[in-house]
Amino acid sequence: MSKPKVAFYWCASCGGCEETVVDLAEDILGVVEKVDIVLWPVAMDFKYKDIEAMEDKSIVATLLNGAIRTSEQEELALLLRRKSQFMIAYGACAQMGGIPALANQFLREQILQFNYEDCPALDNPNKTRPTMSLQDEGRNPHLPEFRNVVRTLDQVVDVDYYIPGCPPTPKLTKAAVDALLSGNLPPKGAVIAPDIALCDECERKATKPTDVAFTEFKRPHQTLADPELCFLAQGMVCMGPATRSGCGAACTSGNMPCTGCFGPTSRVRDQGAKILSSLCANIEAQDEAGINQTLAGIPDPVGTFYRYGLAKSILRRRVDLSMTANG
Amino acid sequence: MTREWKPRLVAFFCNWCTYTAADLAGVSRLKYAPNVRVIRLMCSGRVDPQFILEALAKGADGVLIGGCHPGDCHYVEGNYKMLRRFQLLKRMLQDMGIEEARVRLEWISAAEGDKVRQVVNEMTETIQELGPLGMPGKSEQWDREVEHLAAAMQARDAAQGGCCSAPVAAEKAEVAHV
Repeated sequence: MSKPKVAFYWCASCGGCEETVVDLAEDILGVVEKVDIVLWPVAMDFKYKDIEAMEDKSIVATLLNGAIRTSEQEELALLLRRKSQFMIAYGACAQMGGIPALANQFLREQILQFNYEDCPALDNPNKTRPTMSLQDEGRNPHLPEFRNVVRTLDQVVDVDYYIPGCPPTPKLTKAAVDALLSGNLPPKGAVIAPDIALCDECERKATKPTDVAFTEFKRPHQTLADPELCFLAQGMVCMGPATRSGCGAACTSGNMPCTGCFGPTSRVRDQGAKILSSLCANIEAQDEAGINQTLAGIPDPVGTFYRYGLAKSILRRRVDLSMTANG
Repeated sequence: MTREWKPRLVAFFCNWCTYTAADLAGVSRLKYAPNVRVIRLMCSGRVDPQFILEALAKGADGVLIGGCHPGDCHYVEGNYKMLRRFQLLKRMLQDMGIEEARVRLEWISAAEGDKVRQVVNEMTETIQELGPLGMPGKSEQWDREVEHLAAAMQARDAAQGGCCSAPVAAEKAEVAHV
């Protein structure tokens, strides 16, 4: 009997998710023993044509990481969706847009102009920009189109499961692969991680005050954090209360507050709005001036509260940005 | 036929002060702009910022929140919680391209029926000047960007009578990988 087929693919991502697969360490041998990897561009050479030639649904699962920004990423997401029984959004970018989705605050043109013209580290005197199609000695190569909007995977194709994290942990990855291989699957649409806030597994939980009263918000570079005390008690923005657990409290045990990469629990629609709600309600000041003085410690609310989730947030994108045609 | 656009406001009023004030405006036969849809909550402290975002995303052109005056909250400090959330939410909405005037917080006591009239009228006028926010239309427009490719791929499959045969030249030519 042939082994079940699995595909890994990456879109707008940094490669950190791929690293997690490698971080399975010896366990990866167990995985490789049980499955055939049919696509894994970061590690092995496969051709898209081979995937196109496969029968529909012949891949058991595709683990796709990265947000969707270009037409090529869309095309591969559509193709892999068709060829796979299960499409799994792997990591924060595929699940919620991730860091790349912060670009939803800017016009496509602003991004291209900075990266090909204004960036100080750039050497591009002719201001050359990539074009989608060109003629070169009889050849006609094409480049994918750069879309106006950064999307989550489920804004492009139907997604069966989500594995959260930036990056997901090897433990969650292994649990998900085991679930897939054993057929012992959660209901469709499930996020494969505990459905409770990070505070639940944070070792500082015992020091979480029942009554917080913020007088200022400090950012990690502005203070020496106490290694044992709850970050909220120290006046630091910690996304823990609005973030799903399952990471093993990796950041808080490394003396850094949670930045929210696991996304919200199932009861919360918009992670950023929820943490804003929680933090602000507990400010001590009662007058506008005092409140604003405390809030001055959060200079970039969108970047802080939606660091990984802008594409999946209720607003999704800066609303006054236009859409432009190919350029 | 296109219907003329009129501002659509969603109002979250607290049970104890502002909603009662709106009641008072009603029994006093005060006339105010019909553009507001009032949702009664027990306290302005119950207004989750998610409600405000959801209202805007679902088509509201503005959101009005009404609570008790400082010091008068039935639950002692619900209105302060709302004020604190509002201060940061305002900034966040501006960063997301939404004009400040579209979300407004007012303290209106149970006795101030006339203030309900005045605030609703004022806000309707302000939003009339700002024009529609139109978020549902915008997200539809954003979604359309990806529909073309999906449709093209589907058409290609249909032309092949299945999708397992060798790929043929797509409408969008093969992508180069750099």
